[in-house]
Amino acid sequence: MPAADTMGGGPVSAPHAAPPAIELSGISKSFGPVQANKDIDLTVAKGSIHGIIGENGAGKSTLMSILYGFYKPDRGEIRVNGRAIQITDSMTAIRAGIGMVFQHFKLVRNFTVLENIILGAEDGPMLRPSLARARTRLRELAEEYELQVDPDEVIEELSVGHQQRVEILKALYRQADILILDEPTGVLTPAEADHLFRILRGLRDEGKTIILITHKLREIMEITDTVSVMRRGEMVASVTTAETSPEELAELMVGRKVLMEVDKQPAAPGETVLSVRDLRLVDDEGVERIRGISFDIREGEIVGIAGVSGNGQTQLLELLGGFPEKGATVGGEVVMNGHSLDLTGTKSDAATRRARGIGHVPEDRQDEGLIMDFAAWENVAFGYHHAPEYGRGVFMDRAAIRRDAEAKIERFDVRPPNPDLAARNFSGGNQQKIVVAREVERNPDLLLIGQPTRGVDIGAIEFIHKRIVELRDAGKAVLLVSVELDEIMSLSDRILVMFDGLIMGERQAATTTPGELGLLMAGVTDTENARDEDGIPPEHSHPVDRPDEATPRPEGGH
Amino acid sequence: MDKMPKWADVILTPLISLVLAFAISALVILAIGESPWEALKTMVTGALGSSYGWGFTLYYTTNFIFTGLAVAVAYHASLFNIGGEGQAGLGGLGVAIMCLFIPWTHWSLALIAASLGAAAFGAAWAFIPAVLQAKRGSHIVITTIMFNFIAAALLNWALVNWLRPVGSMDPASANFPEATHLPKITDMFAALGIEWGTHTPVNVTFFVALLACVAVWALIWRSKLGYEIRALGRSETAARYAGISPVRVTVIAMLISGGLAGMMATNNVMGEAERLVLNNVEGAGFIGIAVALMGRNHPVGVLLAALLFGFLYQGGGELALWTSIPRELIIVIQALVILFTGALDNMVRAPLEAFFVARRKRGDA
Repeated sequence: MPAADTMGGGPVSAPHAAPPAIELSGISKSFGPVQANKDIDLTVAKGSIHGIIGENGAGKSTLMSILYGFYKPDRGEIRVNGRAIQITDSMTAIRAGIGMVFQHFKLVRNFTVLENIILGAEDGPMLRPSLARARTRLRELAEEYELQVDPDEVIEELSVGHQQRVEILKALYRQADILILDEPTGVLTPAEADHLFRILRGLRDEGKTIILITHKLREIMEITDTVSVMRRGEMVASVTTAETSPEELAELMVGRKVLMEVDKQPAAPGETVLSVRDLRLVDDEGVERIRGISFDIREGEIVGIAGVSGNGQTQLLELLGGFPEKGATVGGEVVMNGHSLDLTGTKSDAATRRARGIGHVPEDRQDEGLIMDFAAWENVAFGYHHAPEYGRGVFMDRAAIRRDAEAKIERFDVRPPNPDLAARNFSGGNQQKIVVAREVERNPDLLLIGQPTRGVDIGAIEFIHKRIVELRDAGKAVLLVSVELDEIMSLSDRILVMFDGLIMGERQAATTTPGELGLLMAGVTDTENARDEDGIPPEHSHPVDRPDEATPRPEGGH
Repeated sequence: MDKMPKWADVILTPLISLVLAFAISALVILAIGESPWEALKTMVTGALGSSYGWGFTLYYTTNFIFTGLAVAVAYHASLFNIGGEGQAGLGGLGVAIMCLFIPWTHWSLALIAASLGAAAFGAAWAFIPAVLQAKRGSHIVITTIMFNFIAAALLNWALVNWLRPVGSMDPASANFPEATHLPKITDMFAALGIEWGTHTPVNVTFFVALLACVAVWALIWRSKLGYEIRALGRSETAARYAGISPVRVTVIAMLISGGLAGMMATNNVMGEAERLVLNNVEGAGFIGIAVALMGRNHPVGVLLAALLFGFLYQGGGELALWTSIPRELIIVIQALVILFTGALDNMVRAPLEAFFVARRKRGDA
């Protein structure tokens, strides 16, 4: 493989005295018929920040899991600091100085920070000496790298940003020299992300090696020294970040030129479709998830809800969609097309909401929007299986559903175009297309759409965004929830920012900035006089329960 | 992409499991100093070698089809109904009431009424666990198994204090009137000029069981209700997203399940015993779990698995009769079949999958 040699080596393995921190050669891994990694070569220099970028399903996470001992490669060699090693489990990886911060944190939620730090790294049968040692070490680390966390706080009380700090501390406590971070900024506000990057730079300057896995081009450009691009299980390029551009990287990722901006005209909003007044939701554990929010959505506009995940957006979508979590108490008023919607009782279910003209592309397509074991054609009727055109008496009209499915698959370019394939066998992007096709083609008066492009490849993102804008241009209302600030800003006409169950403020998409939204996402409404570090949310996930922390106050008395 | 072809999944896997179960049974028979080959021959001739043997095998099969379908329907809603024993027992009470207290003129009318009675009683017995599960989250496995005991006690009470004829010392109901006696397959075949071994219990309800298989297939894979049941079984969150009420569908699925289990009584109580006796279900409710497991919760699979267990039951009886292999060993063999086809399914499946994946990869290369 001459091509891989020239690309894999490149500027990174240039004449350094020290061996590279990580050197992978010829790594292959397949799961059944799926080749997740094919002949991967990768060299990461010591003391550098190396980005790995690629679409979902490109094989980034598999590669890192191999490095961390979760999977055994079928073929290939791993060298750490010049020494070939077999990484059979995560203990071997840790001993080799590799630490990993997962996208979904691996923390025991009802343990304290300190207990989580020492978990698996205890000194002996008794906890006390380990805890004491960890406390001292934690203080040192916190000062060295700006990683302050209260060591005695329980994890579930912490905000996600602080939970991530605990994950990083955990790795550092185990003396990791090589730190792998998988999509670390997905759960952070812009200011938190900046802070994280500052920490990472500090770690690099101390001589640590950092591998950053992400699908966000902006982050790659901002922080990495070198970057490798993966596509369909292969490493297609390794370049020095300073010598490349976002456009070039995007093209390498997708394999063709991509349009990175959403193409749309200014909105022409009409009558109010949905009006929400003083909506409240208390979950079955007694936590107030939505704390009295009010807003309107009009015909022909896309209203985006920005916010770090876990601030009530999920609950809002589920509540409006007719399936709030079980045991939740709901209050307030929702008016749809002039009719008040039932928020409790049997008429508050999703079927009634659909009958009222509310379509819903849920945040979690795998556990909500689709039945993964059902064939694509069966999923096309999901939620609309009582529609007259899909049924004959008590039976389903399979021929009619299948015809409709085939047509939708063609119009939405779902691949492979096979209606008999189970939903789980489609890629994330194609699964999402099935859901979007089903909901958008019903032509709902209001479309609720959550994380429309999470885990979706760039080609499909373009397509899905276009459909959402088309629906708006047809005079329908769209409520968009996304944790991707870029997506919110490019797709929405109006933006509401949620923090801790409140709407902190409203901005016009055309005139606002990520910085301003970032402050609101952290609960800061005085955006005029704010400093950068104010954009970091408070330490606790529900500041309202903490009298000692500043309580967020929404703008304009929401 | 599926890991292996469908035929390997639904036919090869259970077949290999079965062979393994029989192999171990053979070792056990060897260990007690008998010949496994002779034992197998006795079982096969006894259960399948004559129309007399078939008459018993199909009688047991009928029982297992009903209880197997009951478990399968609930399973599609992700509910593990192990209360088939109690529901079938209560079904017997329904049959007895219909047969004893209404003067029927023809067996066909009596059968329809008794089926409805049996289904209603079985369904009613499943209703309370269903509601407890749907509304309170009380686990259905726990509640249905406890309801088996309550059913047994209730039947005992009903027989001793209510249905027992005056002066009888036997805790059983009176014999059902002549008009409710169901035609045996023997009689039906005789009418067609075919000879079928006499004195066998298999009766017209065998065909009702076959109809039930078709009905369950249509329900699960063709009806809107079946769609909702399957959706709920796969993901409750998704079901709620789609406007499917988990409470409603849970209760309906359990009512159908309990009803099917209850209908078993038309075979054993009405078709065979022709009166209600204590402990009439004889474990068929539990065999239904194994039947559904082995039949992959598909009516065709349930039918085939019920046939296998019918064979094991009848063959086992013959074995006890003609050899010195004790009756308990038959239970060991049945248990091994359940163990291998149900609990140890993955032991066979995983290497098979690996085999097919490897073969496909070689094919691709």
